[in-house]
Amino acid sequence: MSETPHTENKLVSNLQRDLFEAEYVADQSLSSTLLLMTKLQRPLLVEGDAGVGKTEIAKALSKSFDCPLIRLQCYEGLDVNSAVYEWNYQHQLLSIKIQEARDLPTSEKHIFSEEFLLKRPLLEAISLPRSPVLLIDEIDRADEAFEAFLLEVLSDFQISIPELGTITASSIPHVILTSNGTRELSDALRRRCLYYYVDYPDFDKELRIVRKRLPDINRQLSSQIVECIQSFRKLDLRKKPGIGETLDWAAALIQLNVENLSSDPELIMDTLVCVLKTRDDRNLVTKDVLEQLVMKAG
Amino acid sequence: MHLVNHKDTRHEELGNTLVSRILEFVRFVRENDFQIGVREELDALTVAKHCNITDQKRLHWGLRSLLCSNSEEWKRFDNLFKIYWLQPVKRTSHIQGSIPGGKLPFDAATENSVDNQEIKEINSTQQDEQGDDPVGQGGTRSGASQHESQLKTDFRFLTDTQQMQRMEEMVERLARRMRRRLLRRYRNLQRGQRIDLRRTIRNSLSHGGIPLELVFKRRLRRLPKLVLLLDVSRSMSFYSYLFLRFARGIVGAFKDADAFIFHTHLVQVTDALHERNINIVTKRLAVLSAGWAGGTRIGECLQSFNQHYAKRILNSQSIVMIFSDGLDTGTPELFSEQLALIKRRAKKIVWLNPLLGRDGYEPTAQCMQAALPMLDLFASAHNVESLLALEPQLAKL
Repeated sequence: MSETPHTENKLVSNLQRDLFEAEYVADQSLSSTLLLMTKLQRPLLVEGDAGVGKTEIAKALSKSFDCPLIRLQCYEGLDVNSAVYEWNYQHQLLSIKIQEARDLPTSEKHIFSEEFLLKRPLLEAISLPRSPVLLIDEIDRADEAFEAFLLEVLSDFQISIPELGTITASSIPHVILTSNGTRELSDALRRRCLYYYVDYPDFDKELRIVRKRLPDINRQLSSQIVECIQSFRKLDLRKKPGIGETLDWAAALIQLNVENLSSDPELIMDTLVCVLKTRDDRNLVTKDVLEQLVMKAG
Repeated sequence: MHLVNHKDTRHEELGNTLVSRILEFVRFVRENDFQIGVREELDALTVAKHCNITDQKRLHWGLRSLLCSNSEEWKRFDNLFKIYWLQPVKRTSHIQGSIPGGKLPFDAATENSVDNQEIKEINSTQQDEQGDDPVGQGGTRSGASQHESQLKTDFRFLTDTQQMQRMEEMVERLARRMRRRLLRRYRNLQRGQRIDLRRTIRNSLSHGGIPLELVFKRRLRRLPKLVLLLDVSRSMSFYSYLFLRFARGIVGAFKDADAFIFHTHLVQVTDALHERNINIVTKRLAVLSAGWAGGTRIGECLQSFNQHYAKRILNSQSIVMIFSDGLDTGTPELFSEQLALIKRRAKKIVWLNPLLGRDGYEPTAQCMQAALPMLDLFASAHNVESLLALEPQLAKL
């Protein structure tokens, strides 16, 4: 790398700015890591609690790189057929019948050509002319066998299809994996990836997010909301509110024309459905608790 | 070492001193129980180059992404980075010296930098201190033997809270991994599929009689359903907390596993263990078991298990694991009667007794005597090694 320190730093702040324009408020450390990821061409494993914006990273990245986002949602029982490729059997059959009807010879090569290949996310991601962002969401939900297969794809960026041969990547995708930690990932996969841990945002960052996403919100309300949410996270809740919940709540309050959280406690209690998602949590945050929190938020 | 060659050809821009400082840092981090291989050493240099080494923040972030691989390491990394890079040189060398085994700079002899001088000095002082102790010499070897001794330490000898914490995390991870390994064994058994002709032909009707979709007969793959009964009486106090962490790992990894604790009563703790935050788990368990006093009554606890839970929880796939020292104040008759009931419902019963790991222990307690003929596996569980040994045994059952 012959870039001077100056241009390097500029790249980081440029990326940070692009992400911000794509409505994602990124720390400098995250932008720096993302830049490193694109340079080293290694996948990035992002971990953190639910609702801290892991998936959003990939979306924002694809927007700021102006490239397609390919998403593979993992689930238990996800197999190669739905992740990599599948032959279009109906189409093949039809083609055979047509050839027969016209008394033309059918060749196997034709039946197993790219024409009949259905590309699933992984294959699609490596066969695009320009690097896309490949988001492999909730990898911990897929089973171990798939994880092993994925590891192979991510290290060689090639996929072999018995009937067609090996397909090598025309461009290396920017891979982002997310995990919620429901299952222990294998060390091999962890070592293959760069790692980033996303924590809940602090007050300033969350305020910036709210104001970026909901530009019409009034200043006092927004800081009250964020202050409250921050205190909610400190309570002993079963499910801590994520950034999504903050935004939902703020949007709901705007819809109801609330200007100040202390104005109508009953109404605010009702809007908490946006934030507290289990019965225990609802019971824990009583009107008194809420009023106290609002008072503290000023 | 091959590293040196790479370094000379690929990383000359960084300068020798810097290269060795970075490599040394990677090793320092590895000494602190990060999972890092030789490959990461090379990658660290690449990262350093990309991150523009003069920018401390970016180097920090870059190396953090590279070297960490879980949230626990992520949280520890910042401190390690600070200790290594941001302390005055004197302190740094002190810390290097204090790392067990005093890992020594790769190829110190061929290089000619200030750092090496320093390191040589540390090395010589270390050797003075350690005398002829052979363990102190090779970095990796000492690491390995330290690790080994950790595996063999009886849990009751863990006094240091930090050590305890690390052990707890290890035990929990071990439990989580068990599922992966067991699953692999079950998968391998499953080889040799056969085509289900009947259903294949039926499916082919929609394709004009051409069997496009083959349907395979599958042997049902079922992981054993684990039911854990943990004795939390005072005589087990050295072990019960670690076993709870083990149980937490199991409950987290096996979807249908269940865990109970017993002392004078029996309480189901599966839900409490599912809680993510370990502090909350501890709190909830403390609430659940508040006010228990008196001797262990295993028989009665098993009875309450049979009355309230067994019908719903146990099936022919269940493996019941009892963690207890078998020191009981109840009657052995009730106990053996209830154990026999469990035996009838469940597939296997495993008894893990931490006392079995001690020299000269004989299972002479009345309760143990009564249980022995009904057990499918009787093993010790007093250290990590014995827990590890459990997994192949479980697969065999």
